Amino acid sequence: MNIRDVNDAVLFNMRNAYQNYNVAVNVSGKVIYTYMGVLKPKLGNATYSSAGVLSPLVNDPLYRTIGIGTRLFLGGGVGLVAWWGTQHNPCVVRTEGGVPKRPAGTLAVIGDVKGMDARYLRGVSMYGYGTSLGVGIGVPIPIVDEEMAFFTSVDEGDIVTAVVDYSKSYPQGEAAILGEVRYRELRSGVIRVGGKEVPTGSLSSLYMAREIAQVLKGWIKRGEFLLSEPVERLPGRDSGVTVKAFRERPL
Amino acid sequence: MVSQKVVLHFPQELVDRPIISDMVKRYKLEFNILKASIDPDEGGVLVVELEGERRDVRQALSYLRGLKIGVQHLSKDILMRHERCVHCGVCVAICPSEALLLNRVSWQVEFITDKCVVCELCVKGCPYGAMEVRF
Repeated sequence: MNIRDVNDAVLFNMRNAYQNYNVAVNVSGKVIYTYMGVLKPKLGNATYSSAGVLSPLVNDPLYRTIGIGTRLFLGGGVGLVAWWGTQHNPCVVRTEGGVPKRPAGTLAVIGDVKGMDARYLRGVSMYGYGTSLGVGIGVPIPIVDEEMAFFTSVDEGDIVTAVVDYSKSYPQGEAAILGEVRYRELRSGVIRVGGKEVPTGSLSSLYMAREIAQVLKGWIKRGEFLLSEPVERLPGRDSGVTVKAFRERPL
Repeated sequence: MVSQKVVLHFPQELVDRPIISDMVKRYKLEFNILKASIDPDEGGVLVVELEGERRDVRQALSYLRGLKIGVQHLSKDILMRHERCVHCGVCVAICPSEALLLNRVSWQVEFITDKCVVCELCVKGCPYGAMEVRF
């Protein structure tokens, strides 16, 4: 069967473009296989998963231009923001510049797979965990005023995130973190956690993020892609929207 | 002095002979076994680093080939499938021998075969299946 033979092929990705995310490490003595990749024992490596300075919602931290109805680059084709994504969590602690210091906003996006390109939409296998999808996403952010110019000038040194132990804190739903790091440190290839130097690896590709930004820029310049104004705002930092942990009921 | 990493395929009938021992004595080589898998019924695969004078290493490899042992350079058997790599760099922090590096100008992942110790951690660790081992 070929994609050309079916009437419709629609990608509806319920949670995409996370606004910042944890750095995952493993404090235990055994290797663990997670959605953040293979984590070696005793802080053997650290993985992170945001494009950082090129992550859409990091550049529009208060959701001023990105909202429901925003047209975007999705998997090599054109898509739209359909809603806020699952686990959208805008009320977390933020830096002075407004950037969340913990996993925060997310987008639910929709697009026509027939217009997409296998270079930007790839099957993924997280060894020992499960399958996933590598989705190339790019959101145009119009610099409509001074504040948006400030937001989009975000630097690696301005993005702070939490280091989380995926052998204990994460699976047990504990809020405990091992510390905070900046993207500048993550990008250097080594962070310090509890006095130990830990090599870092990203799950999101900065190389591909740059490529997507250039492709989208070309579309816009040639008039092939038009920016859209959101029809509804996403729940913001004062909305009270939070993520509720799902507790198992004892039998 | 040169150092070379090779993959050796032993036919089943040679499994009970001390070939590596003969070779290192005959050609005055140092060796470091990176991986070995031997089955008396099927033969064996040995990934080994050989170090010695250039001429001796070359002659040692001809000696092995003369015994009908398959000799392949490691770079032919462990490879990065570039079309699958997205250059995320998650492998870089997993690799214990710095054979996988992130170029901090281009932000592309580079694979330096000579530094590879064939632990195969990257094969499991790459979500895109870009690292392949073929022996």
